[in-house]
Amino acid sequence: MTDFYHIGKKASRPDGPDKAAGKALYIHDLERPGMLYGKIKFSDHPHARIKRIDTSRAEKLIGVRAVITAANTPEIRFGFLRDNFALKKDKVRHYRDEIAAVAAIDPETAEEAVELIEVEYEPLPGVFCPHEAMKEGSPLIHESDPQGRPRTDNLIPLKFHHESGDLEAGKRTAKYVAEGEYSTPMVQQCCLGTAGCIAEFDMSNNLTIWAKTQIPFLAQRDFNRALSDMGLPGKNTRVIVPTLGGAFGSGLDTHAYEYIAILLAFRTGRPVKIVYTRTEEFANLSPRQSSITKIIQGCDQNGKLTFREVEVLQDNGAYTSWGATYPSVMMMPATSLYRVPNVYFNARLVYTNNTFCQAMRGYGNPEHTWALESNMDELAEEAGIDPFDFRMLNRNQPNETTPMGLKVSTCGLKECLETVARKLDWKKKRKKGKRSGVGMASLIHVGGGGRIYRSDASGLILKLDDFGNVNVFHGGVEMGQGLHSVLTLAVAEALGVRPEQVIINPTDTGTCPWDVGTHASRGAFMACNAAILAANKLRSKIFELAEEFFPRETEQNLKKYREKNPGYKPPKFDVMKAARRDRFELHDGFIFIKDSPQEPWLRLELGRLLRAVHFRTQGQMLTTEVFYDPPNELPDFEKGLGNISATYAFGTQGAEVEVDTETGEVKILRMVAAHDVGKVLNPLALKGQIYGALAQGLGYALYEELQSQQGKIMNPNFRDYKIPSVCDMNFPIDLEFIETDDSYGPFGAKGVAEPGLVPTAPAIANAIYDAVGVRIRDLPITPEKILAALKKIK
Amino acid sequence: MKTEISFILNGSEVRVAVEGHHRLIDVLRGPLRQTGTKEGCGEGECGSCTVIIDGRAVNSCLYPALEVEGKSVTTIEGLQGPKNELSVLQKSFVEEGAIQCGFCTPGMIMSAKALLDSNPAPSEDDIRNALQGNLCRCTGYVQIIQAVKKAARQLKGRR
Ligand code: FES
Ligand code: FES
Repeated sequence: MTDFYHIGKKASRPDGPDKAAGKALYIHDLERPGMLYGKIKFSDHPHARIKRIDTSRAEKLIGVRAVITAANTPEIRFGFLRDNFALKKDKVRHYRDEIAAVAAIDPETAEEAVELIEVEYEPLPGVFCPHEAMKEGSPLIHESDPQGRPRTDNLIPLKFHHESGDLEAGKRTAKYVAEGEYSTPMVQQCCLGTAGCIAEFDMSNNLTIWAKTQIPFLAQRDFNRALSDMGLPGKNTRVIVPTLGGAFGSGLDTHAYEYIAILLAFRTGRPVKIVYTRTEEFANLSPRQSSITKIIQGCDQNGKLTFREVEVLQDNGAYTSWGATYPSVMMMPATSLYRVPNVYFNARLVYTNNTFCQAMRGYGNPEHTWALESNMDELAEEAGIDPFDFRMLNRNQPNETTPMGLKVSTCGLKECLETVARKLDWKKKRKKGKRSGVGMASLIHVGGGGRIYRSDASGLILKLDDFGNVNVFHGGVEMGQGLHSVLTLAVAEALGVRPEQVIINPTDTGTCPWDVGTHASRGAFMACNAAILAANKLRSKIFELAEEFFPRETEQNLKKYREKNPGYKPPKFDVMKAARRDRFELHDGFIFIKDSPQEPWLRLELGRLLRAVHFRTQGQMLTTEVFYDPPNELPDFEKGLGNISATYAFGTQGAEVEVDTETGEVKILRMVAAHDVGKVLNPLALKGQIYGALAQGLGYALYEELQSQQGKIMNPNFRDYKIPSVCDMNFPIDLEFIETDDSYGPFGAKGVAEPGLVPTAPAIANAIYDAVGVRIRDLPITPEKILAALKKIK
Repeated sequence: MKTEISFILNGSEVRVAVEGHHRLIDVLRGPLRQTGTKEGCGEGECGSCTVIIDGRAVNSCLYPALEVEGKSVTTIEGLQGPKNELSVLQKSFVEEGAIQCGFCTPGMIMSAKALLDSNPAPSEDDIRNALQGNLCRCTGYVQIIQAVKKAARQLKGRR
């Protein structure tokens, strides 16, 4: 492996000091002159016709500047299938449907005005269970599709299917079979900074929106379309991304509240801000989907997998977001985690009157890995094989192509499994009973972008100033994960400057080149690959110019050096002759000739070269732009085929737990995580990603569940929706990074943002089974479920 | 009905007119424009609004503004040194990777400061106790604990 100056070394993040000082500006902190505050009137029913909306009392309230409904605004449609409306006209389909909105001079007035809005409904029977929603005669959530054609059922018209090999033959050759149904709940992203935006029009009717988004450019497209719906065709949106208080997938779509802020801003001619309260966020921001996965797997007498059959059912809620494409990611572990020759996968999504769902970290992978890795343990037991040995036997290997057509380049799964087994002291701890046990689970995830959209590209501009600083313009989003930290290091490393000379500019569609969005663990992979390309282009330009300027400038250096050091005799070295573009090197912001004598005057500061080039007649400035599109393909999801990512991340996590059989409480004694990350870019940031994801995995495993009763969210606060606190994370976490040095990865690195939470829940569940012999198949694993299961086996 | 109150904010006296229903956080973020203090829940459940009142870490989203009359309040803005530099504790958060999105950070640092002010050599359990009301969704807390430990060590060296 190559030695790097900055890559792989512990470095603190560039936005750290401002955040530590309370100076970072989140959407909550931003204000615009004359700004108004928007507030939304949500539905009081989960399914009803809207008979009448009376806004007259709200309009009369002092301080109110506008009250809007579907009746007095143009229709704006949005959503993955364009089945949602910014404001609902005839019908509400869940509790969070937006019926009206207010803009007022302060938040209190806006809130008061919303309470004055009267709505008369005709309630309709609702459907809240995906099984019920699929039954014939079930109430229709959408009576017609976005094209106006009548609908006859609640199935979402998206097909995610895969068949490979010969399933029946696989079943015939199986000696052991394990079958189970596994389910996962809705969970919330729980960003500490709630959602919000500010929308503002200029007098040419162009829009600027400060948005909490992970997809500034796709959002720009969505908002431009909305402008066109508003009778402003050809008008443009500029999306500016402020500091984000977390995102975790919640910024992968545009939201009704954003369209409402836009409508209010246009109506009032003033900037309008909408920010959710915590209760609103829990009740009205789309969570991770719940899922029900049926899985059957079989292996031969030696323990080799012979088939896998998977059926997924997802409760999508009332409208579609990008989250409706979760199965596109589920089919990746379904077809490709461990070697399995004959695979069947099918997923169905149904509309219900529940809150509609969206992306969250892992995007279907934690749901599916939960089912798959629980079932792997069950099958291992059937076959009488140790679960670690069983996984080793079936593990993925480098340079293989999986049934889905994933081209695995590097694969450190073997090392990950072995590391976890070793660190857990597997053979010794396993099956020791006494209420404590160990378990493990693995993962595969996209590690080299994830093409779920036509383009998976990322643009990047490097602009050098007169002082040798590099301004970076990149469309990816820093949401806390540390993108700007690794991007700083990548630019410094690839160009040859000090990290302090790298300035990352705020993400803004007006100044940054296009990027599809920060999802699929692609941020660092894309940005750093783009940075390397751009830096190489820039270095060529710099070295070309140095041919002309280096001899001249270093001669002046020498003159000054001699003045200071009388009697100095320079070594014999023909600068003129050696100054060839292919012989230059740039490091720490200084240009020098490779293999030249190490004399202080034989170095040229980058800024000096840039100034010389800038200020000569017919001068020039150095800027370079690249557009990196990774070598992956948009899969055909109806066939479940296609190499969705340039490379794949693997990993294994292990848990040692103790179960109190009196109370059903699970105590995590320790966790071990071994991840194939390709290459560690910044250990500090990387550890933070895994620790943080693992904590979310712990919450997913043991406590988190958005409780919905007849479509109403019953626990919209941190008291009743528990996320792990510092006291819950009270166990050692042993991390190990496996460096496989992937040839597609920037400096060898793979994406790692999501993997840390993917296998956590099944690792814990498998450890619980080892400890007390109960298999919980339904997340979260609460003490009640454990007690009930214990009672059954007694 | 507005009432004028006066209190010490980060070492200087301030006067501000407040309504009876205003919480301390409203006054800090509103008329006083100190937006370093964050509101993550408004219900005393997340700790992102933590400030120090007369030496105690307090959730400013639950604290009635009127009650701050005559008291001394320290917010994250009060931790910075005279030459625009971070305090030892803040620096330690930066250096140890204890910050990701940063939204919990000001509250987390204020809780940690209140701890270190009263207990310069805290055990890991003391740290967990002091931070148990501060939620963080990004970091998993591991590096936050490390940062507080490191700051305690460094501050001890200075005493
Ligand atoms: S905002 Fe005060 S505790 Fe959450
Ligand atoms: S750093 Fe994001 S909530 Fe703590």
